[in-house]
Amino acid sequence: MIHLKGISKTYSGARAVHALNNVDLQIPAGKIFGIIGSSGAGKSTLLRCINLLEVPDAGEVWVGGTRLDTLTPRELRRARQKMGMIFQHFNLLTSRTVAENIAFPLEIAGVPAKERQRKVANLLEIVGLADKAQAYPAQLSGGQKQRVGIARALANDPQVLLCDEATSALDPETTKSVLKLLQSINQRLGLTIVLITHEMPVIQEICDFVAVMENGIVQETGPVIDVFTRPQSEAARRMLRGTFAQNIPPELLHRNNNGEPHRVLKLSFVGERAHEPIISQMVQHFKVDANILFGRIDQMKDLPFGMLVIELVGPEEQLDQAVGFLESQHVELEVLV
Amino acid sequence: MLWQTLWQALQETLIMVVASTLIAALFGLPLGLALACTSPGHILENRVISKLLGAIVNVGRSIPFIILMVAIIPFTRWLVGTSIGTTAAIVPLSIAAIPFAARLVESAIFEIDRGVIEAAQSMGSSPWQIIWKVLIPEARASLVLGLTITTVNLVGYSAMAGAIGGGGLGDLAIRFGYQRFRGDVMLQTVILLVILVQAMQMLGDWASRKLSKR
Ligand SMILES: Nc1ncnc2c1ncn2[C@@H]1O[C@H](COP(=O)(O)OP(=O)(O)OP(=O)(O)O)[C@@H](O)[C@H]1O
Ligand SMILES: [Mg+2]
Repeated sequence: MIHLKGISKTYSGARAVHALNNVDLQIPAGKIFGIIGSSGAGKSTLLRCINLLEVPDAGEVWVGGTRLDTLTPRELRRARQKMGMIFQHFNLLTSRTVAENIAFPLEIAGVPAKERQRKVANLLEIVGLADKAQAYPAQLSGGQKQRVGIARALANDPQVLLCDEATSALDPETTKSVLKLLQSINQRLGLTIVLITHEMPVIQEICDFVAVMENGIVQETGPVIDVFTRPQSEAARRMLRGTFAQNIPPELLHRNNNGEPHRVLKLSFVGERAHEPIISQMVQHFKVDANILFGRIDQMKDLPFGMLVIELVGPEEQLDQAVGFLESQHVELEVLV
Repeated sequence: MLWQTLWQALQETLIMVVASTLIAALFGLPLGLALACTSPGHILENRVISKLLGAIVNVGRSIPFIILMVAIIPFTRWLVGTSIGTTAAIVPLSIAAIPFAARLVESAIFEIDRGVIEAAQSMGSSPWQIIWKVLIPEARASLVLGLTITTVNLVGYSAMAGAIGGGGLGDLAIRFGYQRFRGDVMLQTVILLVILVQAMQMLGDWASRKLSKR
């Protein structure tokens, strides 16, 4: 759906900032694609290159089979009408009511008044703000403002929705409900959503794919489940570390079991695997003791995702067999000690 | 007799102030919009035009009114057929007020959150649509305040219009109070001016509050 080819962007100034460095990114249609990275990584710049609010110094921007960066200004405006965008600080028109804000992009696109009215009513319904149609943005809560932002972005039936830190100004409760709304829009309307965040839980909640950015470079990209369970880049591992307490206290790893041989393993289970009694099977088969040091189960979009740190104690031979068994069970396994 | 003189002077002042305010708004709004929109990083960024307009406005604002009034007498005569009287005074008053109003419009436009303009751009708005549907409506409360400041300022300037026979309250105060030692007349005119300015300011504040939905 969206294809960025070799995008570079440098901000000149007292010190030139290489915000984007030869970025290639392919975003499949109908999916929710997350871009995560720490502050200053270049996420906003990259997102804004998609609708050319930021003009890249080099590279090509393709959306839905059209190359955008070579369009005339008029053609670009037409193309933008088919791409919605929502913002961290909502950016609603303060002088317009909720209904008028949602009507704005329709006016821009030249939709007749009758049709506008019908669409606005429908959009208010979708975002659950029918009773606030005549309110001004100043009278709304943050979550309600973002809903208006979403309704406005959807007004011209876009194929793509770009979200820059759409939930960063909201409390956790409201964040959840806005994310749910985005997810249901993605499912019902089948549009492609690109969202930027610096919070892993957001990626985990609703994204299908993720790109990890650092220093203006996409360090890693792939299905969320893969990046979460088998991060390839240091940047991805760093992002994950904060979310799942993966650093086990060293005292636990290196404690002395009266000299008895032991192993500490980190297991990750995805999907159905998370429900299977693999550990108890192993204990029964190989006669080793298992201590659970740490464990948690998370929901990743609609897949359960479990992580367990266990310590096995027993004779060396049996330990090796037990580890071999676990490996044969297709669980993601990492021997820590 | 005196009341009649006062009434006449008040009318002259109102005519000069209202007419020149309207003209200043008519020219100041587009000029101010042009100043703001061509500034660096704005929707119609253009270094040359921005610098040029900025220079013109600065020159206009730095000429003392009394000198401007005399300096443009030929232009005034060409435009309205005479260089003295209330109508003639409207010309220099307007010309003095245009750059002033333009700067106020410019700063009202700068107050608008850049994010809102960017949102409009992301929806495919043309610069023209942004000006009409975003900049002017979003700035309307500040614009009304700017208009009020311009009007009040013009009341002050109009006092000098007596120099070219423009008449008005200021002129009356100078002629009677200062030159003929009629302290009572001076006091009455000044009170009238204070009331006038006060009323304008209150009206402007009220309208601006009414328009602001922030
Ligand atoms: N208009 C600009 N002028 C100069 N430098 C800029 C500009 N916009 C961004 N930058 C710089 O480019 C780099 C990337 O910025 P960007 O906004 O894309 O980061 P980000 O990943 O979105 O960060 P955050 O999470 O803080 O929003 C930063 O170093 C930033 O300072
Ligand atoms: Mg950002």
